[in-house]
Amino acid sequence: MVSNRFIITAIGVDKVGIVAGITQKMADYNVGIIDISQTIMEDMFTMIMLAGVEEDNFDLSSFQKAMSETGKMLDLDIRVQNEDTFRFMHRI
Amino acid sequence: MRVHPKEILETIKMVSNENLDIRTVTMGISLRDCCNPDIDAFNNNIYEKMTTHAQDLVSTAEEMQSLYGIPVINKRLSVTPISIVAESCGEDDLTSVAETLDRVAKDVDVDFIGGFSALVHKGMTRGDAALINSIPKSLSGTKKVCSSVNVATTKAGINMDAVAQMGHIIKKTADMSKDDGGIGCAKLVVFANAPEDNPFMAGAFHGVGEPEVSINVGVSGPGVVNSAVRALNDPSLGDISESIKKTSFKITRMGEVIGKEVAKRLGAQFGVLDLSLAPTPAVGDSVAAILEAMGLESCGTHGTTAALALLNDAVKKGGSMASSSVGGLSGAFIPVSEDADMIRAVQRGSLSLDKLEAMTSVCSVGLDMIAVPGETSASTISAIIADEMAIGMINRKTTAVRLIPVPGKDIGDVVEYGGLLGTAPVMAVNNFSSEQFILRGGRIPAPIQALTN
Repeated sequence: MVSNRFIITAIGVDKVGIVAGITQKMADYNVGIIDISQTIMEDMFTMIMLAGVEEDNFDLSSFQKAMSETGKMLDLDIRVQNEDTFRFMHRI
Repeated sequence: MRVHPKEILETIKMVSNENLDIRTVTMGISLRDCCNPDIDAFNNNIYEKMTTHAQDLVSTAEEMQSLYGIPVINKRLSVTPISIVAESCGEDDLTSVAETLDRVAKDVDVDFIGGFSALVHKGMTRGDAALINSIPKSLSGTKKVCSSVNVATTKAGINMDAVAQMGHIIKKTADMSKDDGGIGCAKLVVFANAPEDNPFMAGAFHGVGEPEVSINVGVSGPGVVNSAVRALNDPSLGDISESIKKTSFKITRMGEVIGKEVAKRLGAQFGVLDLSLAPTPAVGDSVAAILEAMGLESCGTHGTTAALALLNDAVKKGGSMASSSVGGLSGAFIPVSEDADMIRAVQRGSLSLDKLEAMTSVCSVGLDMIAVPGETSASTISAIIADEMAIGMINRKTTAVRLIPVPGKDIGDVVEYGGLLGTAPVMAVNNFSSEQFILRGGRIPAPIQALTN
């Protein structure tokens, strides 16, 4: 059973409006925030968000496309990946 | 149970900076129910069956890439050895079968199809002979078909008649694709103890003990291991082994989750996860670089075999703890033309064919993607194969030979194949003759290691 939770990561130069820009787009797609953390790593702004979707037929690829366009506008590298990628790699 | 942000960033770095990828999702398809005495009907049968089963392979693999955010580089098919299923056609020329496979590859958009193969370790049937004789024309006339011939096993010994014949077949294949640097030979492997479920090319085929349809996944990541080793501060060799184990554990876990999901979505049985460090020409994505990170000035110098043994063993240990489905070849590959640091090692004189042969006794496959002078005789090629088969037979392991005698090229020349096949520096072979030995033919008997029952 594939998880319906996703890890969204945004990496780039810090500026005003990053979180607002990303969360607005998430709201458009009805994607909820479960957890969020921000940090500066190696001089880069890094935001990691655990997000969840309720629908069974969630259109992941169009959400990924929208997020990547948002990333381009904000000059960030944004990725949306299923949380299983990280859970399986780092937890037994 | 939450994953720490540092771990999330570690995974992202593996993909974005260190070339971690699912190298291949390979669907194995049994063709045993496609036999027909009429070769045209047989070709129709295999076309229908393969395109039906594989029609969603590429789109499903791409969905997985998007879902998990890990690149899936190649999508491939493997089939029951054609020598077996085409035998009842009674034809001597099986080129039309290779052409059919190539058409399937084009129509379902896969990168390669493996299984234009024969298993002749103890002897040859008529179908085996027909297949082997069709190899040169088939590989030079098709783009995506790969061929393999198993000429030795630990249980049966080495079929030296087949070894002798393969020398000629390799020469002829190179000659028929001479305008492209003998590239036909890059799609041809000679095996000892060939695995029946390996997803990597050119040696993949769907063994006779396999299910109707299976999904085998090949995961790679020399770049990740290279970075992990280089990040250690003055490590002991034990520390290096530990770090490689942990890294390969992580890579394998990631491969397994993707492989199982692909199989489930395609209604196929999940076969094996093959964790093989398969280098690419990209900077740092190199097995030679890992060996050099351990403290060798240049790959191929004294100590290389020991370093490779450590690497191969640690990869297997990490992988086997991470998944119960680890199989195939699982270890480190040393294809010369595909590994930028290995090419450099050859060019600066630290890596020779003889050292590569020694290295194959402790790593997962064999003499791989090695260009030799076009003038190299068939018997010398056969003798190189015989040596490699002996290493596999005695050590109960898979070994393989993928040599390219490049027409018109000599030692020091460089041949450009492009893509994952890379750039091959032409390497020297021993110039003393092995001809009489090869001409004797017959079989090298099964070794004492075979008597285990």
